[in-house]
Amino acid sequence: MADPKAKVVILGAGHAGGSVAGFLRQVGHEGPIVLIGEEPIPPYQRPPLSKAWLKGEADADSLALRGADWYDDNGCELKLNVRAVSLDRAAKTVALSTGETVSYDILIIATGARARRLTIPGADLDGILELRTAADAEQLKRALGPGKTLAIIGGGYIGLEAAASARALGASAVILEREQRILARVACQALSDFFTAYHQARGVSFRLGVEITAFEGEAGKVTGVRLADGGLIACDAALVGVGAIPNDDLARAAGLECANGIVVDLQARTADPSIYAIGDVTHRPLPLYGVTHRLESVPNALEQAKVAAGEIFGKPPLTPEVPWFWSDQYDLKLQIAGLPFDADTILVRGDPAAAKFAVFHLKGDLVQAVEAVNSPPEFMMGRSLIGSRKPVSREKLADSSISMKEVAA
Amino acid sequence: MAKITYIEHDGTEHTVDVKTGLSVMEGAIKNNIPGIDADCGGACACATCHVYVDEAWTSKTGEKSAMEESMLDFAENVEPSSRLSCQIKVTDGLDGLTVRLPESQH
Repeated sequence: MADPKAKVVILGAGHAGGSVAGFLRQVGHEGPIVLIGEEPIPPYQRPPLSKAWLKGEADADSLALRGADWYDDNGCELKLNVRAVSLDRAAKTVALSTGETVSYDILIIATGARARRLTIPGADLDGILELRTAADAEQLKRALGPGKTLAIIGGGYIGLEAAASARALGASAVILEREQRILARVACQALSDFFTAYHQARGVSFRLGVEITAFEGEAGKVTGVRLADGGLIACDAALVGVGAIPNDDLARAAGLECANGIVVDLQARTADPSIYAIGDVTHRPLPLYGVTHRLESVPNALEQAKVAAGEIFGKPPLTPEVPWFWSDQYDLKLQIAGLPFDADTILVRGDPAAAKFAVFHLKGDLVQAVEAVNSPPEFMMGRSLIGSRKPVSREKLADSSISMKEVAA
Repeated sequence: MAKITYIEHDGTEHTVDVKTGLSVMEGAIKNNIPGIDADCGGACACATCHVYVDEAWTSKTGEKSAMEESMLDFAENVEPSSRLSCQIKVTDGLDGLTVRLPESQH
């Protein structure tokens, strides 16, 4: 039975943690809320860090999730600059790095993920950066400017967005990728080829299929990246964007089931009835695909935050959403809906040469995923088709002279 | 600063002060107003900050970009007064603006 007066403690003051505090108040939860985060600032939006913020088009005020007074005004105690060090599920308490112990009726773990680090010689030199927090972004911004060279380890979305922003700030950017193509783990070949060419045309250079063996430096500061073939890529700073690791250690130590992240059900519940987990740290069911998976995205964090708040307050469950992602690079808007599980056909609609196209991943005549570049109709209708499981005609879908409304009719 | 009134689909009104330069969407999120999801944080990528702008204000809230038009074209419950609130920048001239929220953003 839901208790509207329950004390809710949220571990992690990121997008998920900050949002669930807000959603709890929206649904009418009256009990105290304690929001615990290890960063020095209240919850903020991370996506702009590699985009608008890096280019100087957004400030701290616009990044902040809520107004500064919101927390006090809404009975939400913020504990910042502090980390949870252990969880006692029997006593329902969390021990903090300050030595303090906080008790809870309901615990929401929203500890997110951390950037994966390289363990090669020189990895501790100054100027080797990652991009996860506002502090990371501040460091990266200081390293960029005309005449500077940024080496980017990893051709994923973080690396590509940072490269686009680096170019906008007048810096050179070189992307070093272990695989033979960028975005190898997250997007299809057509999209990799398109983004590679688009970045190259804007002055970004690529070294694909390379292994990095060390960072070279002078006076404690990075000056280059050493490759396995002996080559050296000179740089003023190096950004490492090679994936993220879920911060599930606390949950693991407390005996909660973890896979790649904390295992939760569709209602964001762990096996402990008093503990929920949301956001990047969770390993969750994806009912559309019949699999469980860890997603790293704001829409996922928001969905789970909303679901958990409703569940804690005793509202009826929400319909699961279609997972989706986006990225901004230069004048490109990439919108991805769904995940390409079990797809048997890849179909390109539109014209990559005109930077306006969409890649559909089909399983028979069902849309499993769509990757849309500057193509909102394909994204919006694709997302709806993924959710509805309505079959489509491949012939119509491949013909961009037929509108998406007609394709889906 | 502009006073903006957000009216939920059930009629509940929220009037808040929003700083000039923020978007109408950001004004809602920063004040935790229910009914605007803003999954993408203002990138015009999700159409989950859909609002209806009162007719008296449509001339002051500016024109829709092609991207916004295109996103709205596929949103639910769209009316001629529909806008994506992340694309409306708050100016002093919008003091007193009222927007209504749709039944759902998904």
